[in-house]
Amino acid sequence: MKKGYFGEFGGCFVPELLIPPLTEVERAMEEILPTQAFQTELSDLLASYAGRPTPVTFCPTLSRELGFDLWLKREDLLHTGAHKINNALGQGLLAKHMGKTSLIAETGAGQHGVATAAAAARLGLSCQIFMGAEDVERQATNVARMRLLHADVVAVESGSRTLKDAINETLRYWISHQSTCHYCFGTAAGPHPFPTLVKEFQRVISKESKEQMLKATGKLPDAIVACVGGGSNAIGAFAEYLDEPSVRLVGVEAAGSGEPGCFNSAPLNLGSPGVLHGSYSMLLQNLDGQIEPSHSISAGLDYPGVGPEHSYLQQTGRVSYGLVRDSNVVSAFLRLSASEGILPALESSHALAWVFDHAESFAKGSTVLVNLSGRGDKDLGIIQKVLNEG
Amino acid sequence: MHILEEKIRSANSQGRLALIPFLTAGFPDRSTFWPTLMELDENGADIIEIGVPFSDPVADGPVVEAASKQALSEGVNLREILQELKERRGLVRAGLVLMGYYNPFLQYGLEAFARDAKQAGVHGVIVPDLPLEESQPLRACLRAEGLALINLVGPNTTSERMRQYASESEGYVYVVSVLGVTGARKELPAELCETLKRARSCFSLPIALGFGLKEPAQLSGLPAESKPDAVIFGSAFLRSLSEGHSVQEFLSVWK
Repeated sequence: MKKGYFGEFGGCFVPELLIPPLTEVERAMEEILPTQAFQTELSDLLASYAGRPTPVTFCPTLSRELGFDLWLKREDLLHTGAHKINNALGQGLLAKHMGKTSLIAETGAGQHGVATAAAAARLGLSCQIFMGAEDVERQATNVARMRLLHADVVAVESGSRTLKDAINETLRYWISHQSTCHYCFGTAAGPHPFPTLVKEFQRVISKESKEQMLKATGKLPDAIVACVGGGSNAIGAFAEYLDEPSVRLVGVEAAGSGEPGCFNSAPLNLGSPGVLHGSYSMLLQNLDGQIEPSHSISAGLDYPGVGPEHSYLQQTGRVSYGLVRDSNVVSAFLRLSASEGILPALESSHALAWVFDHAESFAKGSTVLVNLSGRGDKDLGIIQKVLNEG
Repeated sequence: MHILEEKIRSANSQGRLALIPFLTAGFPDRSTFWPTLMELDENGADIIEIGVPFSDPVADGPVVEAASKQALSEGVNLREILQELKERRGLVRAGLVLMGYYNPFLQYGLEAFARDAKQAGVHGVIVPDLPLEESQPLRACLRAEGLALINLVGPNTTSERMRQYASESEGYVYVVSVLGVTGARKELPAELCETLKRARSCFSLPIALGFGLKEPAQLSGLPAESKPDAVIFGSAFLRSLSEGHSVQEFLSVWK
């Protein structure tokens, strides 16, 4: 396979001026990341600072109701509230080893921004977070968290003033500040080497879960289900199982409100292949190749593209990708909260909702592991609003 | 020799820099774009770069991005640009180059695009998000129709990489003056002289300098051997049009 490609997907479609810094990151990924010293330092940080390993939790009430064993991989218990910290600490540490003094990153809802700000503060790097102006208004609490963590938050006014524009602006800034800055890309998408680099830092999810499930149940899970926006928690949750054909893998995309033609965040199911943000992958676009706006009730999935490896895994059939609409997501959020005492993030609620909606597709007595990528405290405002209106 | 190279050499043989203005399709608005293009042609543009609008222009600063956004909101698209160029074929003396991001060309279909661009009288294409490693499919389609894929290099492009580009290049080479996005700047960076010298030693093609240019004085500090053969101006020109200045006014300072 061509370097940086997953089948026909992936690549490095960026301005020439970004080739040198991306090559520098690629070299660091190949030469620094595998060393024992780096791995030890990262493991220590993940354990003592982020809170790894995260447990797997059996859900007794829901399992009884569903007729199969439902388990959760608890990324929601991590510092800063989601799996994003795995990648932010990994890239932050790599940046430090590369001699960089500053981290820059895009953020949509603010989860990756908060994780990057925390990692930068911890590692003694300065930090600048680019966020669509509309998101800055919608996510005031996360903006405040980032600022308390000593990050400089830049409101991006261009384009649609959301995540995709924040990525554009971070790429632009990186062009002119590449000697001192590392772009801590937030998901397993973007130009090579980011899809591979982010996967390597999120792989820890499936590394742990494999061992934990074997220990707890004596076998591998029958199915693993994870939500997919850009796709970093899903690729991390799947990575160690891709070569285990007995394990069914399901990614779940956000269908938006669910009416035909509504704005959504489901390029794998409803898009077509094209180039955005440096890679060739499935994409929400019009016939002229202009990028379409996306929508989801969960800001963390609200993105018109998806990581190239997911496009490839869909094409080969190794992973199947389902769809869940906003209203079912809210029901799943409420059901897990009430039944098991865990508030899931709206992103992760997509994976749960898919399992609830397709319970009949799992054999009685089988074991299903849902990647609970983040906690739902940040979503209380949205949930409250839906309940009041409902 | 490719016709775009000829256009620049011909200007140089008259003892002047070749002038390459950039104009976003549909700018200043749908109805005035074509007359503006014709004015450029009549007022000494040797090559005209027509910007194909895209929703996510990562290499562009605010001026070009805003022009692109406005054009999209007015419904300007690649198919229409090619159609309207075809209808005016033979009326423009300047060389014609389309500049735009990869996805709209890709969705059009690379082979169909190369064929239709040829029929529309286009001589070359610039794709700012298509580095050497990804450029083969488009380059092959364009080459089959005699069109050049113009490559960009910049202050952080090594000699080794410039030579790799040189072996694949036609028309001219686009040297980006700064580590940054498009947009006029007061001063060009100190390392520009070095960048131009390096490009000169790696390319036998004419060198066109772009990004950040607004007035000839910016080039006055360059020693003769690192002077470019052509200058490209986009943002400064678009801004000048927005402020109500004429094409003639803008171009006259460069002649």
